[in-house]
Amino acid sequence: MADDGEAAQKRAASEKPLLVRFDAVGKRFGPIAAIDALTLEIAQGEFFALLGPSGCGKTTLLRLLAGFERPSEGKILLDGEDIAAVPPHRRPVNMMFQSYALFPHLTVEGNIAFGLRQENVSRADIAERVAEMLTLTRLQGFGGRRIDQLSGGQRQRVALARSLIKRPRVLLLDEPLAALDKKLRAETQFELMELQRKLGTTFVIVTHDQEEAMIVADRIAVMDRGRLMQVAPPAEIYERPNSRWVADFIGEVTLVEGRMAAGTIIGTALGQLRVADIGVAKAGDPVWLALRPEKISMSTERPNGERNAIAGTVFEIGYRGDMSIYKVRLADRSLMKVALANMSARGTGRVAVDDLVWLSWPPDAGVVLTG
Amino acid sequence: MGPHADKQRWGARVVVLVPYLWLALFFLAPFVIVLKISLSQAALAQPPYLPVLDLAAGWAGLKEFVAQLSADSFRLLASDTIYLLSYFKSLEVAAVSTAILVLIGYPVAYGITRTPRAWQPLLVMAIILPFWTSFLIRVYAWINILQRDGLLNDVIMRLHVIDAPVAWLSSDTAIYIGMVYSYLPFMVLPLYATLEKVDESLLEAAADLGCPRWKTFWLVTFPLSLPGLAAGALLSFIPIIGEFVIPDLLGGSETLMIGQTLWTEFFSNRDWPVASAIAIALLMLLLVPILFYERLQQRSLEGKR
Repeated sequence: MADDGEAAQKRAASEKPLLVRFDAVGKRFGPIAAIDALTLEIAQGEFFALLGPSGCGKTTLLRLLAGFERPSEGKILLDGEDIAAVPPHRRPVNMMFQSYALFPHLTVEGNIAFGLRQENVSRADIAERVAEMLTLTRLQGFGGRRIDQLSGGQRQRVALARSLIKRPRVLLLDEPLAALDKKLRAETQFELMELQRKLGTTFVIVTHDQEEAMIVADRIAVMDRGRLMQVAPPAEIYERPNSRWVADFIGEVTLVEGRMAAGTIIGTALGQLRVADIGVAKAGDPVWLALRPEKISMSTERPNGERNAIAGTVFEIGYRGDMSIYKVRLADRSLMKVALANMSARGTGRVAVDDLVWLSWPPDAGVVLTG
Repeated sequence: MGPHADKQRWGARVVVLVPYLWLALFFLAPFVIVLKISLSQAALAQPPYLPVLDLAAGWAGLKEFVAQLSADSFRLLASDTIYLLSYFKSLEVAAVSTAILVLIGYPVAYGITRTPRAWQPLLVMAIILPFWTSFLIRVYAWINILQRDGLLNDVIMRLHVIDAPVAWLSSDTAIYIGMVYSYLPFMVLPLYATLEKVDESLLEAAADLGCPRWKTFWLVTFPLSLPGLAAGALLSFIPIIGEFVIPDLLGGSETLMIGQTLWTEFFSNRDWPVASAIAIALLMLLLVPILFYERLQQRSLEGKR
């Protein structure tokens, strides 16, 4: 997707110097292309997320950068130098493994110090930097513990400390929070961001959790079947997806099929809908209007003004506590999702299943997609 | 609690009881008998020792029986150097054989884990395959190979390594060849089982942190394989100490291992009490490494929890 020009432009927008560049990289396992002619640039100090469904190639991309896989074609540049032939133990890149891969025969300290012990660092310096890492990851007092005496959250922090102690140019994180429970994961996400800001190290995280990617990352690369679908900051990915696939993959969306009429009007089975920006679509093109559920209002009276408004009946209500998801059956039998915050403490109540309602949204709420 | 739960508890008790019953029947009872014989005196009688417990005489008979027991056989073991020497010889043979087994078995086990997954079962099978032929027959086969005009001399003479046939048989070398050959599977299998479990991601993590491959082996693979190495070493060391067939068939007359001494006392001298005393002493000697092995097992189980 992202050609050279686009990649360079995206990087220029972040105004940071280039650190990593994948140049038309391909990786095949037998007949299967895990990575397909992929070009991507990552800037220094960025928190970059690789997001996609399982099997999309995101982990392969990470392992290519770590050196565990060799590219079948293309170049991987780090600081402008091709690192394809550099073995993993010589790369200034460290990885935090999904399984943590902590050494069970070593203590917490032994694990954290492992990287430095492979270099010519004096004992005193090692001790000092291990202590520094223990403080940074709030593991003071745990240095002498064995790995099997630690909780999941503590292990996760040991793995993080171990991969950071060599001060890598890039820290690779392979699903670093997948093994934690939901609450701990949410806390750790913010800790990771804080850590990244404090150290200024470039972080590349692989995750299948879109919420996690959006929270932690400066930019997200959405991948599918070995290709980049979209590379952009989280808000842009969410608000301005470049395809139906990305719109559908990230968050909830209702896609309304139609055809561009004159100006900013789309002709659909639900009538004419007005949009603010038609993007690259031209009159007569088949298009899809992507609408996020939280951008739609629901009322029992027909709203006035500029807003697009369509009638329907409530088909299903999903109560989620903070908000409720309404599925509304429209004139063409399709369903539109609406998310409304539950502002009143008295529960839902306002609208019930089978009620007649009006759905409305301003012209700038949706995105026009052509592919 | 209904009758069903009672029944279940009863069932659980029976299951727990089975191993204890087995041990009582086939370990404790024979042990008590051997211990009793070891405390008796040799005699020209049937059975060839005294005293004999006369259960018909009741309590008085038992009292008299106990009064006649003596530790004479054990005193003999301590006084005559032949017994001590054969104990030491057994320890020496077991230690040297185990060392050779480690040197050969470790590369074999490691090599198997490094071959493609699909091939591994085949190679493990090849290690187990000799078990399909009787141990005794395989040792006899070695006599054939090692004798003066045997296969080994034939091959190395054809290759002009030596000019005249070497007397392999009836030597310590032959004993070591037989021991290493026979016990190699006991070394390789536990080692393979441990090495095979070493997580690939640990090796990748070590590489990622700056370890070249050979260093990763010494810093990660080797320490993690130590429980398997200890298991293999003890599974070889313990039975080799008591080995009889191999030294008897392949070894020379100047080498006497404790198993052979025991055999001589029992069958040639018909001195059952001394033979039993040797067996008891051997058991005590082996108890040390066995308990050590048990503790290792316990530790690795606790580590997993």
